[in-house]
Amino acid sequence: MSLVNIQNVKKRFGNIEVLKDVSMSVQKSEIVSIIGRSGSGKSTLLRCINGLEEVQGGKIVVDGIDVTAKDADLNELRQQVGMVFQSYNLFPHLSVERNIMLALTVVKKMSQGEARDIAAEMVSRVGLADKLKAYPDELSGGQQQRVAIARSLAMQPKVILFDEITSALDPELVGEVLKVLEDLASGGMTMLLVTHEMNFAKSVASKVAFMHHGRLHEIGAARSTIESPQTPELKSFLDAVLH
Amino acid sequence: MDYQFRFNALERYRDELLEGVLLTLQLSLFTMAIGLVIGLVAATMKLSKNKPLRSVAIAYIEVFRNTPLLVQLFILFFGLPTLGLRMSANEAAVIGLSMNVGAYIAEIMRSGLQSVRHSQIEAAMSLGMKPYQILRYVTLFQAFKAAYPALTSQFVLLVLMTSVVSAIGGTELFHAAAFVESRTFRSFEVYLVVTLAYFVLALFFRASFAALYRIIFARRTSR
Amino acid sequence: MNIIREFGTAEFLFILVAARWTILLTLASLAIGSVIGLLIAVMRIVPLRPINWLALAYINLLQGTPVLGQLFLFFFGFSIIGIEVGAWAACVAAFSLYTGAFLGEIWRGSLQSVPRTQWEASAAMALNYGQRLRYVIIPQAVRLSVAPTIGFIVQLLKNTSLASIVGFVELMRAAQLMNGATFSPIPIYLTVAAIYFIICFSLSQVSQHYERTLHVPR
Repeated sequence: MSLVNIQNVKKRFGNIEVLKDVSMSVQKSEIVSIIGRSGSGKSTLLRCINGLEEVQGGKIVVDGIDVTAKDADLNELRQQVGMVFQSYNLFPHLSVERNIMLALTVVKKMSQGEARDIAAEMVSRVGLADKLKAYPDELSGGQQQRVAIARSLAMQPKVILFDEITSALDPELVGEVLKVLEDLASGGMTMLLVTHEMNFAKSVASKVAFMHHGRLHEIGAARSTIESPQTPELKSFLDAVLH
Repeated sequence: MDYQFRFNALERYRDELLEGVLLTLQLSLFTMAIGLVIGLVAATMKLSKNKPLRSVAIAYIEVFRNTPLLVQLFILFFGLPTLGLRMSANEAAVIGLSMNVGAYIAEIMRSGLQSVRHSQIEAAMSLGMKPYQILRYVTLFQAFKAAYPALTSQFVLLVLMTSVVSAIGGTELFHAAAFVESRTFRSFEVYLVVTLAYFVLALFFRASFAALYRIIFARRTSR
Repeated sequence: MNIIREFGTAEFLFILVAARWTILLTLASLAIGSVIGLLIAVMRIVPLRPINWLALAYINLLQGTPVLGQLFLFFFGFSIIGIEVGAWAACVAAFSLYTGAFLGEIWRGSLQSVPRTQWEASAAMALNYGQRLRYVIIPQAVRLSVAPTIGFIVQLLKNTSLASIVGFVELMRAAQLMNGATFSPIPIYLTVAAIYFIICFSLSQVSQHYERTLHVPR
């Protein structure tokens, strides 16, 4: 029984068909890297999974909940599906601790004490225990992104979506974020990542999905697919990226 | 309520009111022009490396932005004569309005000048352009483009503010309204008509400035 | 015999005490104007065209006419309807409407300035619409609105000087009365200017200090 089941999904922005009949299924603890050129639809696909974007055709079922149904309770769903963004999107008016505590207290109705404990734990897991009371504008990009991951983690979701989370970072800050991702992976978290980091895809991901012109063009085991791409489009994409 | 609105009483004084509109326009344009010069000078002074120049500019800007126009006009028109400097109401109006709007323009232009990216200036320098040329061909145009929305807003505000000079007897639309009121005793009607006249002027200028922007600045898409 | 008074401490105190009317007028107009402003901001945002249009017309009308004109219309308008109001009520009414238009625009702008990504991030955290607004969006909108709001308050305070023209005795009118008695315009009006300056300049400084210390979203 797959955790995330994407069936024949179609989506358009105005007149432009961004996703043309995409199907994919993700099992528990799988780590899927979604790669492709800009405009291939990879971010859009990700955002459909937690309902930030609507689909015009097809179905997406996450942990038994039909995301695409008209009466889907998206807020319920989002407790099971976490998302980390390219621009971190931390809440600037709240400290690191409060950023993490907010959803715990307001959505999960935890007590302040419980939430605080979890926040402290999450923040240590990403290696930022000393920044608990700091504010986002006092942190570097890499630190902010790690806090964003901790914030999603704290909700104990079944799957976390990562939308190009290292693309906006200075190169020397990428490593610390990837390390956190590796930890998460080895802990058994189900992860879908839209990413350009091919080395990460090769070494940590279990599966790689190549999006091309709105379709799922090629999908397979991470290492083998990247080392020996089957389709010419994937081959030329990898050549361009790994030059 | 048994008040009879009698707008037709104002008909006889159409010429006076129209002349008031003209005077308001003249006053606004004239003081804006002077204000632009004052503002540009003050802005460059505030941005200069020379501390005394900076301080003078800052003092001027802060004093004129943190005190009401009415007080400034009163000091000019009622205060200065006691020191031997007499001036007519209209002269005081022009001086007061120009200095007032000049302070606001100074801040707008300072912001506009600072928004021009330093890399632009460096590029111009490495092409061998002299400071004056850089200012004229690179900086000023971009500064004005950035400042345009705020400057045009300020002008519309200025047109509305000219009404205040009527308090010291300056001749413009509001003063004409007072004149008509004294003749017809139709206070509400005349001030309603006059206030709406300002509204029409404001709308007209806003629309014109928007159109002007497209003509001057948005010709070629550079980004 | 000299019928002209000297400008001394008593005269100075008379002017200073009148300053409280300036402040009271400002505060009263702010109080009522804030309520109007909130209403207008909401009216601009709700997805109902006729309501948007109504709010927009209100804003344009009040921002596109001279404050003096608004004051005069209220002053003469009230007596037409048959209500006898003093200068105070007319001034508060006029300045409240004026404030409502400006604050409404400022607050709507602040709300819309909160980046879209904050909406998405809070949605992704499973917060419902109301929770997003309450815990994430509005706190940030408030912080964004502090500087322009204080900027407007300074503007309002200065504009209350126009109330003197319809006869309301606030700082400016008190000064005129003193000038009538003492004929020393320079010390009087410079004093008045200084009082306005101290109040307005301090407000601006408070605003700048706030921007520096609190974590205003960039």
